[in-house]
Amino acid sequence: MGIIELQNVSYADGDQTIIHHVDLSVSAGDSLTISGPSGCGKSTLLKLIASLISPTSGTISFNGKNQTAYDYPTYRQQVSYCFQQPTLFDNSVRDNLKLPFQIRSVPFDEARIGALLELVDLPLTFLDKKVIDLSGGEKQRIALIRNLVFPPQVLLLDEVTVGLDTRSKTIVQALIKNVQEQTTTVIQVTHDETEIAAATHLIEMRQGALQK
Amino acid sequence: MNQLLVNNVTLVFAFALVLVAMLISYREKLGLNKDILLSILRAIIQLTLIGYVLKYIFKINNVFLTILMCLFIIFNAAWNAYKRNPNTNRNYWETFAALFVSTTVTLGIIMLTGSLKFIPSQVIPITGMIASNSMVAVGLCYRNLQSQFRDQRQQILEKLALGAPIKLAAITILRESIKTAMQPTIDSAKTMGLVSLPGMMSGLIFAGVDPVSAIRYQILVTFMLLSTTSLGAIIAGYLAYRRYFNKRQQLLTQE
Ligand SMILES: Nc1ncnc2c1ncn2[C@@H]1O[C@H](COP(=O)(O)OP(=O)(O)OP(=O)(O)O)[C@@H](O)[C@H]1O
Ligand SMILES: [Mg+2]
Repeated sequence: MGIIELQNVSYADGDQTIIHHVDLSVSAGDSLTISGPSGCGKSTLLKLIASLISPTSGTISFNGKNQTAYDYPTYRQQVSYCFQQPTLFDNSVRDNLKLPFQIRSVPFDEARIGALLELVDLPLTFLDKKVIDLSGGEKQRIALIRNLVFPPQVLLLDEVTVGLDTRSKTIVQALIKNVQEQTTTVIQVTHDETEIAAATHLIEMRQGALQK
Repeated sequence: MNQLLVNNVTLVFAFALVLVAMLISYREKLGLNKDILLSILRAIIQLTLIGYVLKYIFKINNVFLTILMCLFIIFNAAWNAYKRNPNTNRNYWETFAALFVSTTVTLGIIMLTGSLKFIPSQVIPITGMIASNSMVAVGLCYRNLQSQFRDQRQQILEKLALGAPIKLAAITILRESIKTAMQPTIDSAKTMGLVSLPGMMSGLIFAGVDPVSAIRYQILVTFMLLSTTSLGAIIAGYLAYRRYFNKRQQLLTQE
């Protein structure tokens, strides 16, 4: 029994079927890499697992329980999705890193945030930077640690290293590796050759279906 | 009291003013002529009708009828505000609740202070005045919610993905919309007396009341409008933002 189980999951938007009868089982602590051509439905699949959209048919379960049986916000705190080209919200970096604390009604822990920022090679002074002043790579790194302030059980990464320079890419990849080692289950989508080569489990996706 | 007279002949001459608007619309190709004609036609018919209705209601001075008339005003104000909501997933009774509560609470407080008596000639015009201001505020709040839910769509999704409940995901948008809805009332309060001598005060002065007493009424009205627009916008906003999400706390797609 995997931590994430998809049974015969399909997703259609209007008359366009985007995901076709997908079965997938991901074991706890596993690291799964999904790749495939643009538009084949990788992001859609991750959004389904993240419960940001719901399957048209089929079931998704987490820890043996149907997704629909969970309180959705609680579920999303445990199965955490990082968007392809994420945007930072509100005004400052602090606003972004504060949200996970607000969600759980616990006080902001600056030491914890400082440690995370250090992991992605950013100084604590970044907290008071305006969101609009950040570079693409900086935004991507902040977005990623937003998902990691309270480590989720499952982390869904959607091409998080796209468009990063070699240095930022190395930093982000190291962070992902670090997260995996701390027993977080990671499902990541990528086009990156080196990431595909380094994958422990690789699944190819074609036109809304997983290749066996 | 002064002699206040607008007879039918003066009204016909005053129609020239409408022609000015129509001429501008025609010359500038605004395409508003039909709209202008329709609007004045509606205004004439509605006002004439209501003139007779009010005359009747004031004469028989019945509590039940007065309440009915106020409800009718609130019902219509709610209908108009409801139609201004661009979200296709909307609900009339939520708008009605916003208009009803904001209007009755304000009226209630004013009546408790004793500045307003429960007689039709006082309650009905005041209900109309505050309900129409609440209507404008609620409409503004709806429009703002819609444009923000469109522009900030990705931000809301990011917050939901991090596990925020819908209220936390939408709170910045909600606050912004309520603020925008109240802004005109606050702005007009700031310029009151300097730029405009508002309707209530002008009316009293017209009717020969001493300007200093008229001002007291206007201050009262300003208080009422602040209360009713803030209540209306807050209730409408808090009920309306939910309708951008489904039961699974997912953001609905807008067509
Ligand atoms: N909200 C939506 N409404 C309608 N169609 C959508 C929606 N989201 C995605 N699609 C369509 O579904 C298909 C799969 O999209 P998806 O974003 O999952 O692809 P992808 O594999 O992540 O591609 P890429 O590698 O370019 O990110 C595409 O044809 C896309 O146009
Ligand atoms: Mg994608």
